[in-house]
Amino acid sequence: MARIAGVDLPREKRVEIGLTAIFGVGRSTAARILDRTAIAPATRVRDLTDAEVSRLRQVIERDFRVEGALRTEVAMNIKRLMDIGCYRGVRHRRGLPLRGQRTRTNARTRKGPRRTIAGKKKVLAKK
Amino acid sequence: MARSVKKGPYVDERLLARIHEMNAKREKRVLKTWSRASTLTPDFVGHTLAVHNGNKFVPVYVTENMVGHKLGEFAPTRLFRGHSGKLTADKKAKVEGAA
Repeated sequence: MARIAGVDLPREKRVEIGLTAIFGVGRSTAARILDRTAIAPATRVRDLTDAEVSRLRQVIERDFRVEGALRTEVAMNIKRLMDIGCYRGVRHRRGLPLRGQRTRTNARTRKGPRRTIAGKKKVLAKK
Repeated sequence: MARSVKKGPYVDERLLARIHEMNAKREKRVLKTWSRASTLTPDFVGHTLAVHNGNKFVPVYVTENMVGHKLGEFAPTRLFRGHSGKLTADKKAKVEGAA
């Protein structure tokens, strides 16, 4: 079984896709890793030899920040913004979009599900 | 689009000159400034700047973590006190009390 960086790779997929199961590895990072380890992108994960798996593991551990370490880094970056009290940090704290998008409508990704405000008049529903 | 690296960070020249002067004299005074677009360089660390937010001056104490950000990021120009309604009434009172 190909277990890399604490993640089991899906066995039936081609390695170039299978590697993207790792947090921090997308299509282009996967391509770079395969290039460096000299593994054909079309190989199925289950067909990888043990030597190839250990090569993958080695390259990923040495050259890429993935999974837990990457998550920590992202969280630290956000924490820094919040601690220095800059505009982006304030937006993070309030759970609003950071990059000047409108919040009158939309922005649901950041704001989460709608919280209906009691007493707010509804626009007449069409029949 | 991001600013060209070739140009280096934008810092208002008069502001930077005043900071250098203060650094040379080893003194610390609050500098009033309208230059919200100025990037904070390491020279600014430890100083307090009063940054204009369009209404009044907001004191900003510069720490190491802030280097690379612009002054305006630390002086919000909008004040949101919450929407109307009973629920927010007591919250509002708090915000006004703090301001």
